[in-house]
Amino acid sequence: MKRLLLVLLAALTWHGAALAASAGLVPWDRFDTKRVTDMAALQRGAKLFANYCLNCHSAGFMRYNRLRDIGLTDEQIKSNLIFTGAKVGDLMHIAMTPADAKEWFGAAPPDLTLIARSRAGFGKGADSGADYIYTFLRTYYRDETKATGWNNAAFPNVGMPFPLWELQGQQRAVFETRPDPHDASKTTQVFKGFEMAQPGSMTEAQYNEAAADLTAFLYWMAEPAASNRVRLGVFVMLFLAVFIVIAWRLNAVYWKDIK
Amino acid sequence: MAEFKEAPAGAPVGEKLLTWVDNRFPASKLYKEHLSEYYAPKNFNWMYFFGSLAMLVLVIQIVTGIFLTMHYKPDANLAFASVEYIMRDVPWGWLVRYMHSTGASAFFIVVYLHMFRGMLYGSYQKPRELIWIFGVAIFLCLMAEAFMGYLLPWGQMSYWGAQVIINLFAAIPFVGNDLSILIRGDYVVGDATLNRFFALHVIALPLVIVGLVVAHIIALHEVGSNNPDGVEIKAKKDASGKPLDGIPFHPYYTVHDILGVSVFLLLFSAVVFFAPTMGGFFLEFNNFIPADPLKTPAHIAPVWYFTPFYSMLRAVTTPFVNVLVGLLLVAGVMGFLFAGLKGIWRFAPMGAAVVGAGVLLAFDPKFWGVVVMGLGVMILFPLPWLDRSPVKSIRYRPSWNKWLYGAFVVNFLVLGYLGILPPTTLGTIVSQAGTLFYFGFFLLMPWWSRLGEFKPVPDRVVFQPH
Repeated sequence: MKRLLLVLLAALTWHGAALAASAGLVPWDRFDTKRVTDMAALQRGAKLFANYCLNCHSAGFMRYNRLRDIGLTDEQIKSNLIFTGAKVGDLMHIAMTPADAKEWFGAAPPDLTLIARSRAGFGKGADSGADYIYTFLRTYYRDETKATGWNNAAFPNVGMPFPLWELQGQQRAVFETRPDPHDASKTTQVFKGFEMAQPGSMTEAQYNEAAADLTAFLYWMAEPAASNRVRLGVFVMLFLAVFIVIAWRLNAVYWKDIK
Repeated sequence: MAEFKEAPAGAPVGEKLLTWVDNRFPASKLYKEHLSEYYAPKNFNWMYFFGSLAMLVLVIQIVTGIFLTMHYKPDANLAFASVEYIMRDVPWGWLVRYMHSTGASAFFIVVYLHMFRGMLYGSYQKPRELIWIFGVAIFLCLMAEAFMGYLLPWGQMSYWGAQVIINLFAAIPFVGNDLSILIRGDYVVGDATLNRFFALHVIALPLVIVGLVVAHIIALHEVGSNNPDGVEIKAKKDASGKPLDGIPFHPYYTVHDILGVSVFLLLFSAVVFFAPTMGGFFLEFNNFIPADPLKTPAHIAPVWYFTPFYSMLRAVTTPFVNVLVGLLLVAGVMGFLFAGLKGIWRFAPMGAAVVGAGVLLAFDPKFWGVVVMGLGVMILFPLPWLDRSPVKSIRYRPSWNKWLYGAFVVNFLVLGYLGILPPTTLGTIVSQAGTLFYFGFFLLMPWWSRLGEFKPVPDRVVFQPH
């Protein structure tokens, strides 16, 4: 039995490794999901989202007034976060049509309502979508070979130019030339890291905070009921634990007659 | 017609009412036959929880399903958004939806365990063949039900999973193309497909499943339950005609099942409240992207409960078909040499093998993959006649049978695991070996189930009071 478990465990690790290989230049950084319980962080994230994302990306399954859940009032939502003529009970749609988007950018920017759930990596857990976003927001770099002038280490050949460049600044990717392990006559470019070519308005620490706030907001938006779900789940588990004891004793009372 | 009864003059209103009903509908009779005087063996173990749990999950699925249909829109343009509407704007919608999606996986877990219990204790053997057959029919309908339900959220995996599976039907020679168009109602998966799958998922199949469950239970209560010892409790009765090792289902097994239900609900709730996607196994991450007919996902995998059979489908490649041809020819020669047939009939096994090999080679391996996947389920139907063991329960079969059944389980899990991964060379070889083992287990059962030394079966069930 023990050996069997070990074999299964080994198989699982192998499977994780096999699937991880398909990612970008960098492994995903861990995003601490505790930030999702921090209302101030979520509000800062919502502000970044409304200012920098919601022009091209919709969040078409999300209502503005659901932002009450992160401590905002309808008045605050209306005056600070709605830049279109939308009503506070409306869904977060954008003016750009998918057809226009396709013509202007080559592809329609995806809806972001569920991006933190859909981007999770298979075998990496349901929270890994947030890891991806947190990494993606911090790994844009200048690449003159691309039409937009931008590339991303977590999403190679990304179509979107970097919308937060004024905040983070402009990074360059540093590659090292190494002999190709498969063919000694060739060399290969190995990603080494980033260097800041032109600093933005934020320091690195400030920008990491901002990226984490935005990630927290996207993570929260993907399932606004999540915190309520977990809180309720604790009570359900406690109730069922007590119920199991009662059912167990009830069972024993009846079954003591059976010889 | 039964004789008309009168309640005694001073009887309470309740008793009078029951007498009135009993004269017109067999209420008390049904209650006695199926609950208070249905005698079940007293030595059931924990593996006997899964029948009642499967019923519980069926009820959960029906009730949550009713509430989901109140808000769901079976329209290719609205379906995805209506599911998110349920998740966000419908009060308690998220809970109902997660119960339904977790319930689908839970259904397969309890049904797989329930079926395996039947295999371990020989519960399909005479006189319980029909119970088993109804059960396999339920399993088959359940697979169709789950497959069609998975299309409804209209996410990428819903869409492309359905596309892949329906395209399989197109591999059937002669009628395949027309058949797949009939299933889809279109040349690609689209609104027509979604509408018909919705109709089949919410009414047609549930109706059939409920009918089969009733037949399953009527057949069970007609012959009585088997038990872990495989002893017929009806063989030993007391003076009043009650089985000595039988106890009334109510209250003994109702309280017992309440315990099983409470433990099940704890595990079920843990998933619903803390890990509703189950790391991408119960709700696939790709399915949070709306269906896009122009964007094929890099890797399409069915939900975990189909993957053992999906592995068998993928295992059938051209070399594998050649191996099958070889096996068939060897079987033909063996039949020629050892079957003991007379005259011209001596050549019959060889002739049949050659014809069979010809048929195997005549069609595309993809078609045989579909056949193998289908047979993977169908082979369960004749199980009562494949098993020639003189005893029912694994407890009294030769000890090595335990290893064989263990290997069967591990093999099934490995096939399931490989089915969720993208195909690899090693994975394909392992799943081919696994497919041969799976079919070998059943097809060679008439031979191996008679081998070895059987242990004496006791007259009465083994039971320790607890």
